[in-house]
Amino acid sequence: MQNTDSLKTLCTQVRRDIVRMVHAVSSGHPGGSLGCVEYFVALYKVIMKHDPANFSMDGKNEDLFFLSNGHISPVFYSVLARSGYFAVDELKTFRKLNSRLQGHPTTHEGLPGIRVASGSLGQGMSVAIGAALSKKLNKDERIVYSLHGDGELQEGQIWEAAMYAAGNKVDNLISTVDYNGRQIDGDVENVLPLGNLKSKFEAFGWHVLENHQGNDLDKVIGSLNEAKTLVGKGKPIMILMKTDMGMGVDYMMGTHKWHGSAPNDEQLNLALDQLLVTEGDY
Amino acid sequence: MDAFQKAHPERFFQIGIAEANMMGIAAGLTIGGKIPYTGTFANFSTGRVYDQIRQSIAYSHKNVKICASHAGLTLGEDGATHQILEDIGLMKMLPSMVVINPCDYNQTKAATIAISKHDGPVYLRFGRPAVPNFTPADQNFEIGKAVMLNEGTDVTIIATGHLVWKAIEAGEQLAAKGINAEIINIHTIKPLDAKAILKSVGKTKCVVTAEEHQMNGGLGDSVAQLLSREMPTPQEFVAVNDSFGESGTPDELMVKYGLDTVNIIAAVEKVIARKK
Repeated sequence: MQNTDSLKTLCTQVRRDIVRMVHAVSSGHPGGSLGCVEYFVALYKVIMKHDPANFSMDGKNEDLFFLSNGHISPVFYSVLARSGYFAVDELKTFRKLNSRLQGHPTTHEGLPGIRVASGSLGQGMSVAIGAALSKKLNKDERIVYSLHGDGELQEGQIWEAAMYAAGNKVDNLISTVDYNGRQIDGDVENVLPLGNLKSKFEAFGWHVLENHQGNDLDKVIGSLNEAKTLVGKGKPIMILMKTDMGMGVDYMMGTHKWHGSAPNDEQLNLALDQLLVTEGDY
Repeated sequence: MDAFQKAHPERFFQIGIAEANMMGIAAGLTIGGKIPYTGTFANFSTGRVYDQIRQSIAYSHKNVKICASHAGLTLGEDGATHQILEDIGLMKMLPSMVVINPCDYNQTKAATIAISKHDGPVYLRFGRPAVPNFTPADQNFEIGKAVMLNEGTDVTIIATGHLVWKAIEAGEQLAAKGINAEIINIHTIKPLDAKAILKSVGKTKCVVTAEEHQMNGGLGDSVAQLLSREMPTPQEFVAVNDSFGESGTPDELMVKYGLDTVNIIAAVEKVIARKK
């Protein structure tokens, strides 16, 4: 396995970006963003073949990623910038007027790295399936990835998409669920229980992998690499990835409270004290 | 669709009874350069999936062609659950969405081909019943371009979809009464051909709009908005007046809901009287 020490320092930097971005505009979604840092860093720095300097909407012969739970835009923007899709300095425009970094990701302002708008939940798996079908038509053997919140699975469209993908052998799709157990109104288990997700996706006809350490970078890379070995074998692939919402900032962990709230000045300093400077803030 | 499926099975995707997923898959297919056409009833092409169209297609500027059959009252016996009369309004409110409602088989066919050359989302609405096929088979369909059917001087009748044929019938009966009606077929509700409408209304000084849709949000609304800004003009509306439909034959429903030839004639006589 490759040495991922430098990527672990990048993870800390991405966490600094997240809390600073939401603090600067007193809005945004730090909790889920912090929990998915390792997934994004693994995907964009290790797993995907992609071309940040020459972004094209069609992404032919590249791997594609779709963020279905668009509210975790801070982690998406930070990792896109730190992968070279746009200048890191642009992170300071997040959620401000005339910015390409809208509250939820969009193609509308032409931000490189974004291929569809998301925010209204439940739509990203369908779009990812469409892109995967397009790749099959184009004889393009690269892979399509998508990320979903666990609360988002309460949307019916997800299950329409899950049924379609399995029924039609969309086996160039690797979806991941950020299984942090929390949503805006509280614990998923209390709001609307998901039941046995592994059994559900298996019953729908997916190949399901479980990762109980979604905040361990090496484990996340391992899961994604294992998923890649299953591509082309007749089933869509699902990774159920346990993460901690708010990971890396102690007071944001163990609660749903920081799903969509920004830290104040004092809280920001408390957070940054737990996240060492690594690659230079924007 | 059956012919396409037979000719190009690899490019035909049967999504099942899952319209939300269909719109998302269509949006995704554009990534990689495909031009997807979706096909289902107008009700399930719009109202049922408005948020999917809004976010994944319109806001994301995806090159999807939403083709909607069975629009309006002429769906007939299935009743109001399936007779959407709000779809033009829903779709024209979406920024960047083109809205087209052709009037017969030939125009629908020409439109279906023409929209493939437009880069961006399109809503193409058509009906179920057999109606006269009177436009040329070899027509050049230009998005956003009104079609002049009859030049006249006393009133402008602007019709779309199934009401175009009824407007032609009304024009013949009005001519017998000595009223010379200019008849315009508006197949594209958005973008509206403002130039053609203003030119005609500038001449006739009054207008009747006719459509198989709610008065709120339809073609008449678009024409009224244009005229109120550019050329305030008496206007009468032949449209469904804030009501759901019901079961019945298409012809019975068009009569009951005031979308028949006689309603256009009555609207013309009323609007001419308002000209003074």
